[in-house]
Amino acid sequence: MTMLNIENLSVWFGGGRDRVDAVRSANFHVNRGASFGLVGESGSGKSTILRAIMGLVPNWSGTISVDATPVGKKREKTFYKAVQMVFQDPYASLHPRHSVDQVLGETLYLHGFRDIDARVVKLLDDVGLGAKFRFRYPHQLSGGQRQRVAIARALAPEPSILLLDEPTSALDVSIQAEILNLLTDLRSEHGLTYVMVSHDLSVVGHMCESLAVMKDGEIVEIMDVETLRNAQAQHAYSKKLLAASI
Amino acid sequence: MTLLDVENLWVQFPSRQGVFDAVRGVSFTLGRERLAIVGESGSGKSMTGRAILRLIRPPGIVTADQISLDGIDLMKKSEREMRDVRGQKISMVMQDPKFSLNPVMTIGQQIIEAYRLHNKVSKSAAFDKAIEMLEAVSIRDPERVMRAYPHEMSGGMGQRIMIAMMLIPNPEILIADEPTSALDVSVQGQVLSIIDKLVTDRGMGLIFISHDLNLVADFCDRVLIMYLGRIVEVCDAKNLHNAKHPYTQGLLNSLPRLSEPRRKLDVLNRNPAWSEAPSVSGRV
Repeated sequence: MTMLNIENLSVWFGGGRDRVDAVRSANFHVNRGASFGLVGESGSGKSTILRAIMGLVPNWSGTISVDATPVGKKREKTFYKAVQMVFQDPYASLHPRHSVDQVLGETLYLHGFRDIDARVVKLLDDVGLGAKFRFRYPHQLSGGQRQRVAIARALAPEPSILLLDEPTSALDVSIQAEILNLLTDLRSEHGLTYVMVSHDLSVVGHMCESLAVMKDGEIVEIMDVETLRNAQAQHAYSKKLLAASI
Repeated sequence: MTLLDVENLWVQFPSRQGVFDAVRGVSFTLGRERLAIVGESGSGKSMTGRAILRLIRPPGIVTADQISLDGIDLMKKSEREMRDVRGQKISMVMQDPKFSLNPVMTIGQQIIEAYRLHNKVSKSAAFDKAIEMLEAVSIRDPERVMRAYPHEMSGGMGQRIMIAMMLIPNPEILIADEPTSALDVSVQGQVLSIIDKLVTDRGMGLIFISHDLNLVADFCDRVLIMYLGRIVEVCDAKNLHNAKHPYTQGLLNSLPRLSEPRRKLDVLNRNPAWSEAPSVSGRV
């Protein structure tokens, strides 16, 4: 049942007296098909956890298991087929000189698919863009459309886990609603598991069933969304965060 | 009492596809109050703020029947005369402190420069004034901060330094363009209460530009809602949640709420008639 298990995860940068412990012994697990939120202030280490899962940080210790298989220091190709990430800033995460077709086609090719033509059209349909966007460049798309392309790229290898790093914080509220609805639909259609980082408690409350509150690299509290809605957080810091958000 | 009176303001940018109207016939007045301008990106809210300070450079075109500050029309002032208005009468806090502070000058030099530009005082008097101002925006250890460079500051501190710098010439009007959207919720509260305190204590007028409806409903007195360069609705901030215009209602309904879980969020259905309808006047 457990899709993603994080045990005793620590991440640090630098060494000697410049060493920064960005994440300190984090533990949590996410069930198959569930959605888990990570909230906290900037610098609390929530994005670093996602980057550590993806293998984008050099120094980490602990155990990360996907579908009961622990991942090694170097990720296997099968890992990237199972886990994909959507980044925060749709303006920075797409190559400015690659068309939507190139972005999706290259991803599909690298993951070993050969029926690329049909799959690109299918992916664009899945994220609600349609084939007419296929040969556009990022500067010809709005922020919401770019984020849809980034989601299509993440869906290309048919992953089972999507890591979402503040997927809507660069977007307007009206566009945020569209993207959140899209993510909700995709989760039920493809049976995806989500780990979502956000600083917005109401977004996490809308998308996730349980969440972890982080402060200074540590998970201070894990609670389910009912506890969040009823404002029954236990830890002093989570209470403070909740009070500031309402 | 009316501090600022803006009547029929247009901001236009000529482009290859014809003239693009960023702001279309906006009128409003500002008294000693907290006035919010809200809208999506591209609605012209920041352009309105910049046009008041005449900060829009050619090829951009600004036209208005009047932008009068204490009865004097800013549109008729020369560029040289505008320099006395900017900072001293009206100042503006920009969105991101990272891009608005000079990276190669210490915080102290920048604040002192801002003060001495408008006031003939000695360096040491300006230094004391800068320290006092940093204390007013709740910066601990202001002497150290004066010697520091912008990259050594966190986002919240940078934003408070910007506010200190903008308020040191004691302007009558402060335009704050998304002053808290780059900040964490906990720091957001602090920065807002500092702005609020300074505005109330000095009896200033505040134009608060934001995309966050809940925030302005709590923080401001009056709200102008902009859509594609026009004001579509004007209401009191406390009545924002009972807004009449379908655009405002759509924006409010698209927000996820902790207290009302829903499987799907409402999506805004845009009606072309909204952008055609004439701008609502925000004058009192």
